Amino acid sequence: MKRIRIITGHYGSGKSELSVNMVTELKKQYDKVAIVDLDIANPYFRSRERQDMMEDMGIEVFHNSFGYDITQDLPALSAAIKKPLENKDYHTIVDAGGDDSGARVLNQFRKYFLADDCEMIFVINANRPETSTVSGCLHHLDAIQVETGLKVDGIINNTHLLSETSAADIKKGYKLCKEVSELLDIPIIGSYCNEKILNNIKEEELDGIEVTPIHLFMRPSWLQ
Amino acid sequence: MSEKQLLKGNEAFAKAAINAGCRYYFGYPITPQNEVPEYMSRELANAGGAFIQAGSELEAVNMAYGAAASGGRVLLSSSSPGIALMQESISLLSSVEVPIVLINVMRGGPGIGSIQASQADYEQVTKGGGNGDYHTIVFAPSSIQEACDMIYHAFDVADEYRNPVIVCADGTIGQMMEPVALPEAKEAAMGDEAIAAVKPWALTGHKNKRERHAMNSVWLQQDLLENYIDEYWPKYEKAERELQDWEEVMLDDAEVVFVAYGSTSRVAKEAIQALRAEGIKVGMIRPKTLWPFPAKAFEKLGDNVKHVISVELSKGGQLMHDVKYVLGGKYPVSLINRYGGMLLDPDEVVARTKEILEVK
Repeated sequence: MKRIRIITGHYGSGKSELSVNMVTELKKQYDKVAIVDLDIANPYFRSRERQDMMEDMGIEVFHNSFGYDITQDLPALSAAIKKPLENKDYHTIVDAGGDDSGARVLNQFRKYFLADDCEMIFVINANRPETSTVSGCLHHLDAIQVETGLKVDGIINNTHLLSETSAADIKKGYKLCKEVSELLDIPIIGSYCNEKILNNIKEEELDGIEVTPIHLFMRPSWLQ
Repeated sequence: MSEKQLLKGNEAFAKAAINAGCRYYFGYPITPQNEVPEYMSRELANAGGAFIQAGSELEAVNMAYGAAASGGRVLLSSSSPGIALMQESISLLSSVEVPIVLINVMRGGPGIGSIQASQADYEQVTKGGGNGDYHTIVFAPSSIQEACDMIYHAFDVADEYRNPVIVCADGTIGQMMEPVALPEAKEAAMGDEAIAAVKPWALTGHKNKRERHAMNSVWLQQDLLENYIDEYWPKYEKAERELQDWEEVMLDDAEVVFVAYGSTSRVAKEAIQALRAEGIKVGMIRPKTLWPFPAKAFEKLGDNVKHVISVELSKGGQLMHDVKYVLGGKYPVSLINRYGGMLLDPDEVVARTKEILEVK
């Protein structure tokens, strides 16, 4: 995994939840760890809503210029975002907004993202209608590449139906990711799933791809 | 029902409406419901319908008036201040008995307010922001699946009662994602003949073959208006008899009864588990219709009940007032609330319930 990892994907692919999971894992390995929340498209359920929790863990959180109390959908980003991108002591997860229009905001930080120590990941949830087919995935992946001028370096299978996710969903999503991966020659770098069904998934069914349990930080228990 | 997909509330609402035969949507953007017009702008034409982005909510509701008067299945959606702007025409639609379905994805108010979830439109949607003697039928979903089922059903209820029906969701339900199985897609009646067959009152053009249809909202002779109101009023009495709907949660032995609807009922449900684990017997009445208010649910409460608590997202206890009205002083009624776009969480509901009951 590179020093800067950008998480992109269609709305609802699970970018924010994955970003928070990844950054909390990173913190176990590194001292200086940051999450940059570039989601200016969605006023609800953004990773910065877990700012207190992450800061208590020693993770630095960067987002808009108003502080996390402001929930307006304003495209106003803090210049402080450059800190963990510029300072090579930091390992940073960048949570991009949904879709190509949400990812457009990445452009202003492009010079950091073109460097060798940065990678862009495309997250696929095959249970979202618009990324349930190969052509749907190709369309959204390409739109994000065109909008950002960056190349997707890896695909993550995050196929789920929240608490109703079954092992069959993970396998279905993996099959879709594999087709996309082969067509574009972009590797699948991992698969995520609900902690409860981890034991029902055999890695050999996913060609040995690592399956990582996901902890739901973003979703309050009363919405699960 | 379709296979389950992971859908965002607002996009699921739009899909459910199209499956119910909605072919006309007129809208103006407002957070937190923007995905409804966004989806409709992309998909409604593919279903043989028409989407128009209006210049304001006033334009949207009056375009809807025209399309619905002509017999089309029409959806409007907005959020609290936008629904407020539409109230005058909701009264107009009611006065000429034109059916329409509206989705209100509630946010904090008054005024422009905040964009986070709220339930302070209870009075706006149930008591009618418009003038005159009418009611709007109001459904209140607590999940995306239930919202889809209610929207699907709302088109039939609107047509049967020839009246506006509001599906009153909130920002949380609109913005969250959940697994959803969509109701089966229905054919829409399109074209004058097909529409006239199912809506004989519609303005389909007399073509010199029948009497003209006229829709008239102005009565210069007040005695005629009184007669006209008497003609349509029985449908509201019928609605009060037949449409009341609610969910009962652990009422059999409940000493405390929460009343909560929409996303807040989910918070209340979790608080009930926690309170019961501490030996406090709490149950819940969850109104699924806000108008007609489910008064019948309260008639059944017995002597085991000591206290009723309205759990809601409004400062003054808008829901609580209806609860007090139907209980007529039978039990003490209290309020647990947040407002302005702030949400309750289960821990706060537990703590405030104990404060009200004076238990530690």
